Amino acid sequence: MELNSRSVLIIGAGIAGIQAALDLGDMGIKVHLIEKNPVIGGKMAQLDKTFPTLDCSICILAPKLSECYRHPNITLYTLSEVNNVEGTIGNFTVDILKHARYVKEDVCTNCGDCASVCPVRGVPNYFDANLKTMAAAYIPFPSAVPPVYIIDKNSCVYLNYGICGLCAKACGAEAIDFSQKDEILEINNVGCIIVASGYGLLEDVSPLTNYGYGKYKNVVTALEFERLICASGPLEGHLKRLSDGKDPKKLAFLQCIGSRSDRDKKYCSSICCMYTTKAAMISYEHNNDLESYVFYIDMRAGGKGFQTFLRRGSDEYNIKYIKSKISHIDVDEDDTPIITYEDYDTSEIKQMKVDLAVLATCIIPSQGIEKLADILGIELNNYNFVKTNPFLPVETSVEGIFTCGCAREPMDIPRSVAEASGAAARAAEVIKGG
Amino acid sequence: MSEKESEDVRIGVFVCSCGTNIGGLIDVKALAEYAKTLPNVVFTEDNLYTCSETGLTQIKNGIKNHNLNRVIVASCTPRTHEPLFRDCVEEEGVNQYLFDFVNIRDQDTWCHQKYPKEAFDKAKDLIRMGVARAARLEALENIIVDATPTALVIGGGVSGMTAALSLANQGFETHLVERENELGGRLKTLYKLFPIDLDAQTLLDNLKKNIKGNKNLKVHTSAQVKNIEGFIGNYEVVLEENGINIDLTIGVIVVAVGASLLTPTGYFGYDGKIRITQHELESKLQNNEVKAKDIVMIQCVGSRNDERTYCSSVCCMTALKNALIIKENNPESNVTILFRDLYTPGTYYEDYYRRARETGVIFIEYSPEKIPIVKEHQIKVHNEYLGEEILIPYDLCVLSTPLVSNNDNKALAQMIKVPLGEYGFFLEAHVKLRPMDFATDGIFVCGSAKWPVDITESISQGYAAAARASRIISHDTIEVEGATSFLPDYNKNLCTGCEVCIKICPYNAISKNEDDEIEITQVLCKGCGLCGATCTNHAIIIRHYTDQQILSEIYAYGGKEV
Repeated sequence: MELNSRSVLIIGAGIAGIQAALDLGDMGIKVHLIEKNPVIGGKMAQLDKTFPTLDCSICILAPKLSECYRHPNITLYTLSEVNNVEGTIGNFTVDILKHARYVKEDVCTNCGDCASVCPVRGVPNYFDANLKTMAAAYIPFPSAVPPVYIIDKNSCVYLNYGICGLCAKACGAEAIDFSQKDEILEINNVGCIIVASGYGLLEDVSPLTNYGYGKYKNVVTALEFERLICASGPLEGHLKRLSDGKDPKKLAFLQCIGSRSDRDKKYCSSICCMYTTKAAMISYEHNNDLESYVFYIDMRAGGKGFQTFLRRGSDEYNIKYIKSKISHIDVDEDDTPIITYEDYDTSEIKQMKVDLAVLATCIIPSQGIEKLADILGIELNNYNFVKTNPFLPVETSVEGIFTCGCAREPMDIPRSVAEASGAAARAAEVIKGG
Repeated sequence: MSEKESEDVRIGVFVCSCGTNIGGLIDVKALAEYAKTLPNVVFTEDNLYTCSETGLTQIKNGIKNHNLNRVIVASCTPRTHEPLFRDCVEEEGVNQYLFDFVNIRDQDTWCHQKYPKEAFDKAKDLIRMGVARAARLEALENIIVDATPTALVIGGGVSGMTAALSLANQGFETHLVERENELGGRLKTLYKLFPIDLDAQTLLDNLKKNIKGNKNLKVHTSAQVKNIEGFIGNYEVVLEENGINIDLTIGVIVVAVGASLLTPTGYFGYDGKIRITQHELESKLQNNEVKAKDIVMIQCVGSRNDERTYCSSVCCMTALKNALIIKENNPESNVTILFRDLYTPGTYYEDYYRRARETGVIFIEYSPEKIPIVKEHQIKVHNEYLGEEILIPYDLCVLSTPLVSNNDNKALAQMIKVPLGEYGFFLEAHVKLRPMDFATDGIFVCGSAKWPVDITESISQGYAAAARASRIISHDTIEVEGATSFLPDYNKNLCTGCEVCIKICPYNAISKNEDDEIEITQVLCKGCGLCGATCTNHAIIIRHYTDQQILSEIYAYGGKEV
């Protein structure tokens, strides 16, 4: 049928893009799901557990990743970005730039022999917030989808100097293909587009020097902390101080780093109060002697079960909440962070020594959003998130292009999932309603 | 099962490390080795993540290379992962009901974190029991039923209107039921809408116009749902509209009944005159009746306390909105907001908060230990900055009260057989990843019926529920689980007709037919097993959980061969 041959193109395969793709796919609509990273899953795949249920993040996400990969109506394009868009609602033509993987997707068995023989080591793994390194032939995490290795163009000896090629010799399946080139794929008959490009974090663009980040080893960002407490992360879930490997006894979580601030971003990142409480809870589960201090301005916990979650945090997990504003962080001779802050309850300037300080850094628009907006012709708001109207929450400024999740506003997973389904409904209206 | 078949049982056991969730506490390699020693087991393997594409391929290779006809995965929980593994074995030609899940994470390593040795022994017990059961599993087929491509949306507020419009725009015949004589719900009573100060009426008029122009959408006002029978794809619904009964056949149902307002009787001297709610203020503002000069608003009245611990999430923005309107109408007025934690998440709302501060609205924080005391013309509050109590004069005190669940949610929940959660709001299937679904297939929820949300979220959730519902009725048929209860012919003589099963079935799946015999509607049955467990004569059999299957597990635990 003419109408149903029109597909939906979804940009970004984090939890929002995945949810929209699965809903549309289940309705019988063809979906092209575009992801710039080598694997899908987005930020959610990097998280340890999720609030307020404390479900293991990858455990509840993995079935969805597999479903996306196996779904008859969903075509996945990894290492891909939108290069050009022509046309209007009901009939867009989209050019995709698909970067070379140097590994044949349909041949690789995910055995890892290429990585074990690769002589290049020390390539930082973005998935582990660059806290863990890998070979030039790699897969970002064990349960990744698609389950296919990739060769890092920048560090591979063969691709840069024409020598080595050990991986190609080791690969029993003959999946390594150095002759792959970046290619442009044209997708026709796209009925509508959903922008689910997610978010970046302030540390991607700012050195965060105010807080001694990068200078002091025991000051880490919240995403780094997620990887540090995660069983599949660089410390295999055994939290340690990065300076001396000692077990931390006292943690500080610093909220609103770069957000709600005249100096950096004025807006609120929405999710940090909750994920901080979660992170402190998990840390306590690892070590019951641990105490956590959360330095916050306003505790923002409006979602379902969130207030109960905070109460559990203070009643059962030894978390203390201090209404305050952080001034700066120093360290003593042991690299132990000393936090200087104003206590709002007493209006006093105080200091606290902690073993590890965790920065809840501001959510920012994803890298490359300006370019994408330019290609799509959609407007961004003054913070560079995709501009929407509060009463048309999933519509962009261009008819037939929808958005959802953190591409348009910082939000948590349940809300991203709901909005993604919402964007899917609007797309289905276009495809089915004609 | 005959002798011959029993000899042919070939079980494969896959033990998952689940990263370190399981493997961090107990030795999965040793478990896989142990499983090899059990009867009928011909192949075992351990995986880092059995649910990964790699793990799934290993299962498929196991089936192919070792001719497996039963597969066990010992890992996390069937709640999230059973469908995945069932699909996986089906793809390799093994009936999905010949797959069995052994839960060694949620029910073992997670709950016995401090006892690795005992957890390991328990995992062995669980696997041995699973193997015994797997040998007795029988192939079953899913039940396939026709689906009616129609939708019923209960509640004509902003969320319900949005859901109904989207479904109708997707081409489905949609019925929108509103008990009042006009659509709109809470939106009817609002004045302006944050964060762009749009007239609520403008949004409402726009929605109504779109609804009116949609030929697929039938609006039933002054109407109530009297009865719902049936199941996903096939609900028989009785509506009463203006006293007349209407029968509808419906495929999917969306619950969008919204929430109620709390009248703060007994709080802060509420009198409905000079001590009023935000909602009452709203209508005064609409009628231009606010003449007060000194306005004090108190946040979290009746919420975030021991009685009602939750944050209603819309009240801070409502207070800011009304404060800004007052300031705009009368820049000389003094508006003070007494708050605990100001809830203005995200970009738009935080900007709005800034605007309120810049406009001169005064914000004073109070702690739950030192709540404000409302006197006749003054409010006493502890100012944390000054470290002392201050008195603020007022001629209008506005209390920000939470949205609470509707009193009649329980009746509706019982009628459609879905659960209510904390504080009487409807309970979704999974708070994180299935926010619009109920555990019962074919029924969805959106808006403040589930939890207090603002207009923006009500709209996006309305669309979301429409998408989830559309997934079902976009197809002519629906497949449901084959693991149901039934009364086999050879057991009919055992049935005494006591009807306990009819009374105990939570899904109304059991009835008596014309011949006075027990009949179980297969598509309604969820396989919960209550009827089978209660049947005094063991006449009812639960497929996939037969007495033999369960007994074999118990005997295997006790070390006895069966």
